Amino acid sequence: MNLANFSVGLSTYLLVGAMLFSLGLYGVFSRRNIVAILMSIELMLNAVNINFVAFNRFIWNQKIDVHYILTGHVAALFVIVVAAAEVAVGLALVITIYRNRQTANVDEFNWLKW
Amino acid sequence: MSALPTVLPTVGSMSLLLPFTLLAPLVAMLLIVFLPKEETKTIKLVAAMGMFVSLVLSLYAFYAYKWALGGMQFTLTIPWVPDLGVNLALGVDGLSLPMLLLTNLIGFASIYASWNIDKRVKEFFVLLLILIAGVMGTFIARDLFIFFLFYEIVVIPIYIMVIIWGSTKRVTKEYAAMKLTIYLLIGSAFLLVGMVALYLAAGANGNPTFMFDQLSARQDLYSPAFQKVAFALMIVGFGSLISMFPFHSWSPDGYAGAPTAVSMIHAGVLKKIGGYGLIRLGVYVLPVGASFWAPYIATLAVISVLYAALIALAQKDLKYVVGYSSVSHMGYVIIAIAALNPTAATGAVAMMFAHGVMAALFFSMIGFIYEKTHTRNIADLGGLAHQMPRLAIGFMIAGMASLGLPGTVNFIAEFTIFMGAIKVLPVQTILGIAGIIFTAVYILRTIANVLFGPRRSEWDHLTDIRGPELVPLVLFGFVIFFGGIFPNVLMGMIDTGVTSSGLAKVLEMVSQAKMGGLF
Amino acid sequence: MFKEMHDLFQWAWLIPALPFLSFLIIAFVTKRSKRLSSTVSILAILTSLSLAIAIGLGVIQSGAEIVEHPAIVNVNWLNIVGLEIDFGTIIDPLSAMMLFVVALVASMVQIYSLGYMRGDVGWSRYYAYQSLFAASMLGMVIATNLLQLFIFWELVGLCSYLLIGFWYFKVSAREAAKKAFITTRVGDFGLLLGMLFLYTKFGTLDFAALSAALNTNFQDVAVIGTVGYVTVMAFLVFMGPIGKSGQFPLHVWLPDAMEGPTPVSALIHAATMVVAGVYLVARMYFLFDHASPAALQFIAGLGAFTAIFSASIAIAQDDIKRILAFSTLSQLGYMMFALGVGSLTASMFHLMTHAFFKALMFLAAGSVIIALHHKQDIWEMGGLWKKMPITGTTFFIGVLAISGVPPFAGFWSKDEILAHALHNGHPIIYAVGLFTAFLTAFYMCRLFFVVFMGPEKKENHTKESPWSMTIPLMILAFFSVFGGFVALPEHNFAFYVHYGEFHHEPIAWGLAGISVVAGLLGIGLAYVIYVTKAISAENVVARFPGIYKLLKNKYYIDEIFLWLIHNIMDGLGKVLYWFDIYIVDGIVNGLALITRGSGKVLRRTNTGQLQTYAMVFFFAVVVIFMVFAFGEGQLAALNPLATLGGVK
Repeated sequence: MNLANFSVGLSTYLLVGAMLFSLGLYGVFSRRNIVAILMSIELMLNAVNINFVAFNRFIWNQKIDVHYILTGHVAALFVIVVAAAEVAVGLALVITIYRNRQTANVDEFNWLKW
Repeated sequence: MSALPTVLPTVGSMSLLLPFTLLAPLVAMLLIVFLPKEETKTIKLVAAMGMFVSLVLSLYAFYAYKWALGGMQFTLTIPWVPDLGVNLALGVDGLSLPMLLLTNLIGFASIYASWNIDKRVKEFFVLLLILIAGVMGTFIARDLFIFFLFYEIVVIPIYIMVIIWGSTKRVTKEYAAMKLTIYLLIGSAFLLVGMVALYLAAGANGNPTFMFDQLSARQDLYSPAFQKVAFALMIVGFGSLISMFPFHSWSPDGYAGAPTAVSMIHAGVLKKIGGYGLIRLGVYVLPVGASFWAPYIATLAVISVLYAALIALAQKDLKYVVGYSSVSHMGYVIIAIAALNPTAATGAVAMMFAHGVMAALFFSMIGFIYEKTHTRNIADLGGLAHQMPRLAIGFMIAGMASLGLPGTVNFIAEFTIFMGAIKVLPVQTILGIAGIIFTAVYILRTIANVLFGPRRSEWDHLTDIRGPELVPLVLFGFVIFFGGIFPNVLMGMIDTGVTSSGLAKVLEMVSQAKMGGLF
Repeated sequence: MFKEMHDLFQWAWLIPALPFLSFLIIAFVTKRSKRLSSTVSILAILTSLSLAIAIGLGVIQSGAEIVEHPAIVNVNWLNIVGLEIDFGTIIDPLSAMMLFVVALVASMVQIYSLGYMRGDVGWSRYYAYQSLFAASMLGMVIATNLLQLFIFWELVGLCSYLLIGFWYFKVSAREAAKKAFITTRVGDFGLLLGMLFLYTKFGTLDFAALSAALNTNFQDVAVIGTVGYVTVMAFLVFMGPIGKSGQFPLHVWLPDAMEGPTPVSALIHAATMVVAGVYLVARMYFLFDHASPAALQFIAGLGAFTAIFSASIAIAQDDIKRILAFSTLSQLGYMMFALGVGSLTASMFHLMTHAFFKALMFLAAGSVIIALHHKQDIWEMGGLWKKMPITGTTFFIGVLAISGVPPFAGFWSKDEILAHALHNGHPIIYAVGLFTAFLTAFYMCRLFFVVFMGPEKKENHTKESPWSMTIPLMILAFFSVFGGFVALPEHNFAFYVHYGEFHHEPIAWGLAGISVVAGLLGIGLAYVIYVTKAISAENVVARFPGIYKLLKNKYYIDEIFLWLIHNIMDGLGKVLYWFDIYIVDGIVNGLALITRGSGKVLRRTNTGQLQTYAMVFFFAVVVIFMVFAFGEGQLAALNPLATLGGVK
């Protein structure tokens, strides 16, 4: 790999986003604690945010009239808000389950099985 | 294809008659819902009144129908979903009016046959009235969507009624109810596919519609291959409903497990929806498909007749005898439909009416026997004519009608079927007629073993039927003999239905392609 | 004159209508009052009788006119596309004769029943059924078309069923009723088929129209092998009479029908219902005439066989009613083969005379049975003439009549049958008929001698029956004595009732003499065996034990039928039931099992665990991605990534 011509471009950010996403995905699949899973989901959402911002920066980096295209940033803000709401609800659910079943181990959450 | 009548003549002035006929039981049902459940007497009276109104209205419709004009009368058409071509279209003609009348007769009598229900009376009558209204709806629908809608309404109340008020004999009532419902739903699933296919094919040039007469008029849009497939789907659907072999197994267990009123309505009217559907939808809309499948369904029908009649000989439970008997009689209807000519079609509708009345009478009598003696095992019964002479009379009238004694409307129907079918399907008809011998054997055996013989002291405490229990006997007995002595009243009505609804033209078109037979 | 008569004939429909009205009144109104019920019933039938007599006289007065142009009235009954049937009445000599015979015997029987059925609980029901039967039978003989006839034919069968099983608490009675109905239904199957074919071919079932259609140069076309339509139709139509009129092998119901009250046996199973088959063949004679000769030959052969078959059984029977029943079967055979050899006149004549003397003998037997408190075995009777003179005398008149002794009625009719058999070229049938006449005289006299002559049994305390029973006996005896004389005058029976051209035939006295001799031989043999006891009956039986057993057990025909029904029909029913439960139902239940089974398996995918679901989700996304990205064809065309450049 030629590090001489290396410049930080779009693919770098996308790569970072992809890595974060994979880490988060792995966390969702393999963590046993429900709070940890929620954290991993947060990680995935933030990875998506990076992608949005990166695309906005590199592809839509010109002016049209007097305004910049800010679609990606706006999308990222949306995702942050939704993530926050979702975490609120999620944690409320977790607390209720914990109060009822005294466990936060997702392997034991199998009451909806056959 | 030659030109077919597109829009049938209608009489617009009386258009509210049919909605009221349909609403009467529903209004009664709503009233019952708001009555306290302890008031069983009132509940039964309200139900009876609702059905009485409905019966009177349908009798009036029968009386006021103009034979000379023919076609669909008392029509009502309200567009419902115009983009899809769904209309709330009601109407009756010579084919459906006898069926409507039959439904109301049986519905009315079934209220009285259930007079002694004591468990959960309110729910029972609510469900019964919904059931009756649903069946009525299928016969007065002129629109395929409405037809199917009411068909589906009909299936569910039966399930609940059998589960709660049914009886467990060879099979549990849960099994019987489940079998009954799911079998019919599967049949209707096939039917649904056929209907949707038909709808799409008819709407191929835009202007989609569900109306029967429109569907029939667009004959040229259905290729012969399409008609064959669509008709095959209808055979499965309606065939299950009319208990044609091999789709008949729900019938004996279903009837045996069901409470009296449900058996009456099921054997009396529900099966006829199948026959009616085959004529209205199958033959009328898909004649080429019908003529392709006719020989096969004729053979299946003959098997139904003989197979079920022989099995009825081996039955020990009273309700099973009548259950298999009704499978056998429906075989005659199917032969008539398969013959594809106007005489046979008239006979088919007449047979549906006649058998309906007879089966309802039979089941109501058996219901009374079961209520009083708590057994349906023929070996345990015997000599009942000593203790219950009126019931014996009712039982015998039903039995004599079942074996087609002249003087009953059933004979007229059977004879017309044979007359219509013998030209076209001689072998099947002759075998079918041989069935009357076996019918005589099992009916007479059952009558002899249940009613006659020495007096059995264990039944001495039984009281004969009286009061409200007499209604089915009187009503059905009258209809059976009136139709047998003055056949033109019923047959003339059906005749106008066959000739003026375009059915005769359709049949002509198809039967010209059939040459052969002995003549 | 004919015009006035014609007006009278328009009212013929009243004759069956009045008894039917009586039935309705008894069934719905007078059920509780025994006296009213029987009064209504008897009034109705007597009125019908008077009308029938009036019509009969009118027919006689009309002379040749009525033969050529019968009085027919028709009203449309059923009118649909492809099937048009009328209901009507026809008055011609044949129907007038039948009306008179039926009405007379029915009235006599109903009056007789006042005495016979006294004390019976079901009195009103009995008279209701009697009225219904009278209405049905009378309606049948004036029917103008085959369907109308068939309808009344079946109604008559229904009444027979109801009346045979009248004492329904007896298992034997209810079984006999069932047997009668089912056996006749087998015959009716053929009749129904014949009717369907007739209508399909000729478009009508009206007798006059069919006769016209067949008579006008009809060309028969072969349908099965070389057998033509008409012959097939003839055979099919004849199946009805085989059942109803008890020809072999559908004769088995008639002896069992003796379970019913004796007046019922007299009316239905001797004089009226059983002759319905003979009447049908007579009415449809044009059909048989136009069929191939095989049809009539078959009828003749079967009739003759039935005659001798039943007579042979009768000589070994011990029950008084059974002997009379087999005698009826035998005489029905005579009527049938008379039709078969081509003489409608002789057959109808014998129908009439037989109705008189057989009803007479049955009623007399009933008188005996009631006097002995329902004993029916002839060996338990004896020497009854002294105590029951009227019964005995009238019975003896009946015996002489049936044995063909002149000048009683039976002589004239039987002789005419035999004469026609020989003259129309059927010597074998003639011989059979002659031998059967001998047997008939023998067994009837055997019956008479055993029951009425000889020593009285001590345990029997008898006295003559009441007037209600003996007056009908005397009236019927009157007709049995003088009924045959209608053969004598210029406008004799043959003049009115015949088929085709009328030839006035002189009576063949020579042949008549031979048949008288045969009858007298039979009487003589019976006298020798049962009165003087010169030949011992026991010795004869001991000499031929096998034949005796065969005859006594009616050739085991009943047992054969029972075996067939039980093993074949019921066996088939059981096999098919097994098939239905385990195979047809098995498939249905199998489908349900498959559904449940696959449900059981598939439900394990629902682990309830979040992460499993997430995994499945992820893999599904990957798969879809692959399909879109690398798949060929239509899906790839929808590849959203392609729009962004990147991979292909």
